[in-house]
Amino acid sequence: MRPLESRVPSGPIEQKWDKHRFEMKLVNPANKRKYTVLVVGSGLAGASAAATLSELGYNVKCFFFHDSPRRAHSIAAQGGINAAKNYRNDGDSIYRLFYDTVKGGDFRSREANVYRLAQVSVEIIDQCVAQGVPFAREYGGLLANRSFGGAQVSRTFYARGQTGQQLLLGAYQQLEKEIGRGGVTVYPRTEMLDLIVVDGQARGIVTRDTVSGRISSHLGDAVVLGTGGYGNVFYLSTNAKGSNATAIWRAHKRGAAFANPCYTQIHPTCIPVSGEYQSKLTLMSESLRNDGRVWVPRQKGDQRRPEQIPENERDYYLERKYPSFGNLAPRDIASRAAKEACDQGLGVGEGGLGVYLDFADAIKRLGEQTIRERYGNLFQMYQRITDENPFVGPMRIYPAVHYTMGGLWVDYNLMSTIPGLHVIGEANFSDHGANRLGASALMQGLADGYFVLPATIGDYLASSKPGRIDTDHPDVRQAETEVTESTSKLLGIKGKRTVDSFHRELGKIMWDHCGMARNAAGLQRALQLIPELRAEFWSNVNVPGSHAELNQALEKAGRVADFLELGELMCADALHREESCGGHFREEYQTGDGEALRNDELFAYAAAWEYCGANQPERMHREPLGFEYVQLAQRSYK
Amino acid sequence: MNRLRLLWDSSVGKKVVMAVSGLIWVAYLVTHVLANLLVFQGPGKINAYSALLRGTGGALWAPRLVLIGALVLHVIAAAQLTGRGQEARPVAYAAGRRPHASTLAARTIRWGGALILLFLVYHVLHFTVGTAHPDFVEGNPYQNVITGFRDPVVVLVYLVAMAGVGLHLYHGVWSSGRSVGISPPSPRPLRRSLALVLALLVWIGFSIIPIAVYAGLVR
Amino acid sequence: MVEYDAGDIGPDMSFLEMLDVVNERLMERGEVPIAFDHDCREGICGSCSLMINGVAHGPERGTATCQLHMRSFADGDTISVEPWRARAFPIVKDLVVDRGAFDRIIQAGGYITAPTGSARDANTILISKDTVDTAMDAAQCIACGACVAACPNGSASLFTASKITHLSLLPQGQPERYGRALRMVAQMDIEHFGGCTLYGECQEACPKEISIDTITRMNRDFLRATLSQGHGAIARAE
Repeated sequence: MRPLESRVPSGPIEQKWDKHRFEMKLVNPANKRKYTVLVVGSGLAGASAAATLSELGYNVKCFFFHDSPRRAHSIAAQGGINAAKNYRNDGDSIYRLFYDTVKGGDFRSREANVYRLAQVSVEIIDQCVAQGVPFAREYGGLLANRSFGGAQVSRTFYARGQTGQQLLLGAYQQLEKEIGRGGVTVYPRTEMLDLIVVDGQARGIVTRDTVSGRISSHLGDAVVLGTGGYGNVFYLSTNAKGSNATAIWRAHKRGAAFANPCYTQIHPTCIPVSGEYQSKLTLMSESLRNDGRVWVPRQKGDQRRPEQIPENERDYYLERKYPSFGNLAPRDIASRAAKEACDQGLGVGEGGLGVYLDFADAIKRLGEQTIRERYGNLFQMYQRITDENPFVGPMRIYPAVHYTMGGLWVDYNLMSTIPGLHVIGEANFSDHGANRLGASALMQGLADGYFVLPATIGDYLASSKPGRIDTDHPDVRQAETEVTESTSKLLGIKGKRTVDSFHRELGKIMWDHCGMARNAAGLQRALQLIPELRAEFWSNVNVPGSHAELNQALEKAGRVADFLELGELMCADALHREESCGGHFREEYQTGDGEALRNDELFAYAAAWEYCGANQPERMHREPLGFEYVQLAQRSYK
Repeated sequence: MNRLRLLWDSSVGKKVVMAVSGLIWVAYLVTHVLANLLVFQGPGKINAYSALLRGTGGALWAPRLVLIGALVLHVIAAAQLTGRGQEARPVAYAAGRRPHASTLAARTIRWGGALILLFLVYHVLHFTVGTAHPDFVEGNPYQNVITGFRDPVVVLVYLVAMAGVGLHLYHGVWSSGRSVGISPPSPRPLRRSLALVLALLVWIGFSIIPIAVYAGLVR
Repeated sequence: MVEYDAGDIGPDMSFLEMLDVVNERLMERGEVPIAFDHDCREGICGSCSLMINGVAHGPERGTATCQLHMRSFADGDTISVEPWRARAFPIVKDLVVDRGAFDRIIQAGGYITAPTGSARDANTILISKDTVDTAMDAAQCIACGACVAACPNGSASLFTASKITHLSLLPQGQPERYGRALRMVAQMDIEHFGGCTLYGECQEACPKEISIDTITRMNRDFLRATLSQGHGAIARAE
C-alpha cells in the first residue's frame, strides 16, 4: 500500500484551498473529453460530481443499482444543510462552522479538510438555489434558517422535512441535463462488484447488470466512488434496504485503506423495533426533543400504561443527568443514556427496548394546536407506523444506527491509497471525525461532488496521464473472472439458511458488541463470532434462482458477504481504539460520571486499515492528526 | 402552421382542441336552450325567432359550419386520445382498477359522447330536416315540437339524451377550463360549481320541454 | 395470478415486511422469491410500486406502499398485488417495472440550466413564501409512478406537470419555461403515455397528494408556448 500522505497544502488554513487550486495542474479544455471518469453512485455526491465533471468536459459514465439516479438514499435526509452564510447576522462565519465541526467530531478529523468544507458550504447554497431547490423562505422572500444540534448559530437551510430530497433532485436534474447533452452515460440497475487496478492505478470497474445478470468491465482514466455509508452492517438501521458497502469494500480489498471503520453514529430518536420481522428503522427528527421530555418508569417491569404512572415514579433521566442541556443533550449522549436505562430493565414497550418521549407537558403549556403546527407531520408518521396517537400518550423511541463517519481513507484531493480511485460523500472518512453534526452530511456530499473533486481530479489526470488499456488486458480479465466465480459460488452453496437470517444474526452481534457502548470483552467475543458466522455463510447459505436474471437474493448475498468481513474490521478497529470519542464509546474509558474519555496522547490519529488477504488480520496505519487552530478540549454538556 | 401542427400532434394540444371546440358547443347549447324555452310563451315568439334565423339566408351557415367544424375536431381528437389511452395500457389489471376520484360524468364521457353523437343525427333529422318526424311542418317549429313529443318513445329518447348531455357537460365544462389552463388553483380542485350550473341549465332546460308537452302543459 | 399463503402476519408489520415474510418462506423451501422494488421504506425514494386490490399503493390515502401497514387489512383477507401496468413501464420481473421513461421526461427539460460555479449569491433571488410553498408542494413528487398506474389512460400528466410547476413558478425557471413545457410534453407522448382526461385518479393515488392544479399549469404553459411565445421556444424544442 502507498504510504498515507495527506497532501494537505502548506500555509495558513484560510489560504490552503485557494493556494492548492492555483498549484494544481489543469487539463487543457480540448483534452478533457479524451478522459473518461467512472462515477459509481448517484446520490448527492455521485450525481453532483458526475454532472459537474460532464459540464467541465470530461466523458463521464455513471453507475447505480437503482432504476433511477433519483432514488439514492440521500433522498431521505430530513433536516437540512449547513452553510456559513451568516444571513442571520448571529455571528456565524466560515471559521465558526469549521470550529463547530471539528469540535463536534470530537477532534478526530483533519483540520484542513474541515476548513475547506466550511468555505465551500457557502457556494453550495448559491448553486442549489440557482438550480431551483425550493428552500424555505421568509415572508420577505429571503432564505430562512433553522437551528440544529451542536451549534449556537442558526445556519441550517431546509426545504420542509425533505431537504435531502430537494437537494438530490437538484443534482439529479443537473445530471439528467448532462445525460441529455451526451456528456454522461448512465448505467441503471448496475452494481459495481470489483475495482480494476492496472499497474497500481484504478482503471475501471467490473459490474453486474442486475436485470440480465451480465458481468462486464468498464474502463476509464479515473474511478470515483460515491456509494454511501455502511450502516446496514447492523441489519437494522435508518439506511435504505439497498444501502451497502460492496463498492468500497471491494476497492478496499484491492488496496484502498479503510479509515476509522468503528465510528458509527447512533441517532437517539427512532421508532423502536416492533418485532422479529422488522426490516428497517425509521428516524423521527431530532427537533422533537425541543418539546418532548424523555423518561422511563423508576420501577423495573412496570406494566402500567404510561398515563397511569405518577410523576414521582418516573425518571426523567436526561434532565437528571445533564441538568443544563437536559433533553437536548447531543446525539451520542442521549443515545447512550437510553441504552443504559433499557439495560437496567427499565425500557418500555415490546421487548423493553424503548423509552418514552412525552409531549403531555408541552401540550399542557402550549396547547395542542401549537404542537400540531410544529410536529404535526412527525406525529402523523409516528401514528401511521405504530398506530398510537402521540397526542394521547407518549411516543416510544429508541436509538438506531444512522450514519457511518468511517470510510475509505482519502487525502486532501479525495484520492484513496490507490492512485486514480477517488472517494466522495459518506463513502470516505474525511470530514466528520468521530461524530457528525446534524445537517452536515448533505453539506459534505455536495461539497465533494460539486466543488472539491471536480477540481482535484484534474490534477490527477493531468499529472498521471493514464495510458490506454482495453478489456483484454489480463488484469481486467482476472477481475472479471473473479467476480463471475464468486457469483457462481454463492449460487452453488445451496445451503439451508436464507441470506437475511445471516444478515440479522450479524446485525445482532454488531449491535450487542459494537453498538452504542463497547468493551474489550464484547469486541473480542464479536471477533470470534463473526468469522464463525462468515464460515457458516459460505457453507450454508441458500441463494435461490440463477445468475442470468433479476435475482434480488443474489444481490443481497453479495452485500451480506461483504458486511460479514467489514463487521470484523469494525470490531478490530473498535478494540484497538482504547479511548472513547464521538460515536465510539468504550465502557472502560469514561470519566467518573460516565462521560466519554478521549486519549489524545495515544489516539489522535486516523486509523487506516490495509487489507492483507482473506481471513488475515488487517494492518493498521496511522495518519496523525494535528490541531493547530482548534484547541483540543474535553466536551461537556452538564 | 408549425404551431398548429405542434398543438394538434400533442396529447395536451388535442385536449386544448377538445376544450375549445366543446366550449363552442356549450355556448351554442346555452343559446339553444334559452331559445327553446320560448315555447312556453306560445307559438308566436318561437316561430318568429325561427323565422328570424332562417331569414338571414345563407348567413346561418356560418355558425353552422363553425359548429360542424368544432364537432368534427372534437370527435376526431376524442377518438385519437381514446386510442392513445388504450394503447398506453395494453395489459389490463387482473384484479381491476378501483376508481376513487373520478365522477360518473368523467367515466361516461367517451361512450356518452358517442351516444350524444348518434342522438345528434337523429335530432337533426327529427327537428331540422324533418325526415324522422311523422308530422313535420316546414317553418313551424312550435307545431313540430308539440306533435313530435306526443310519442312517449321519442320523449324517452330525448330525456335519456339530455341526461347524457348534462353529464357530458358536467365533466366537459370543468375539464375544459383546466385543459386550456385558465382554471385558478383551488384547495379542492375537483369542485366544479360553474360546470354544475351550466350542466343543470342545459339538462333541465331541454328536459322540461318534452315533459311539458307530453303532460299536456304546452299544447 | 399466483396465490401465496402468508400466515403469521402481525398488524404492526408493514406491507413490504409481509412480502419479506412470504419471500423468506419461499426461500426456506428453496423457491425463488417474488421480486419487488423497494429501498428507503420511508415513503420518499419512490421505489415501491404495487397495485394492491386494484388501488395504487393500497387503501391508505397519501401513503406509499412501504408506509402501508397490515392493520389496514382484515385477518384472512386475500390481497391481490400487481405491478404498475402501462406500456411506458415495461415489466422487468414479477412486480418490478422499468420507469426509465420518467428519467427521459426530466432529461427533455425538467431542469434549470445552472452549471456548477455559475451561481450568484442565493439571497439575491427573492421568492415570496407563498410561491416557494406552492413550488415545494409540486416538487415533492417521488416519481413512483402511481399517477400513471391509477390513470385510466395511463397518463404521466401529473408527474410531468409537477416538475413543470415546480420550475416554472420560480424566477430561476423563467428563461427556459416555455421550451421546457414543449419538450417535456412532447417526450411524455413519445414515451407512449396516454392523454389526460382529468379523471382526478392520479391526485387520489399520489402518495404526496400532489394536486391536479399542476396539470392546469402545465397545460397553460404548453398552450402559451405554442401560441404566443415566439419561435424561439418551438425551435429549441425541436
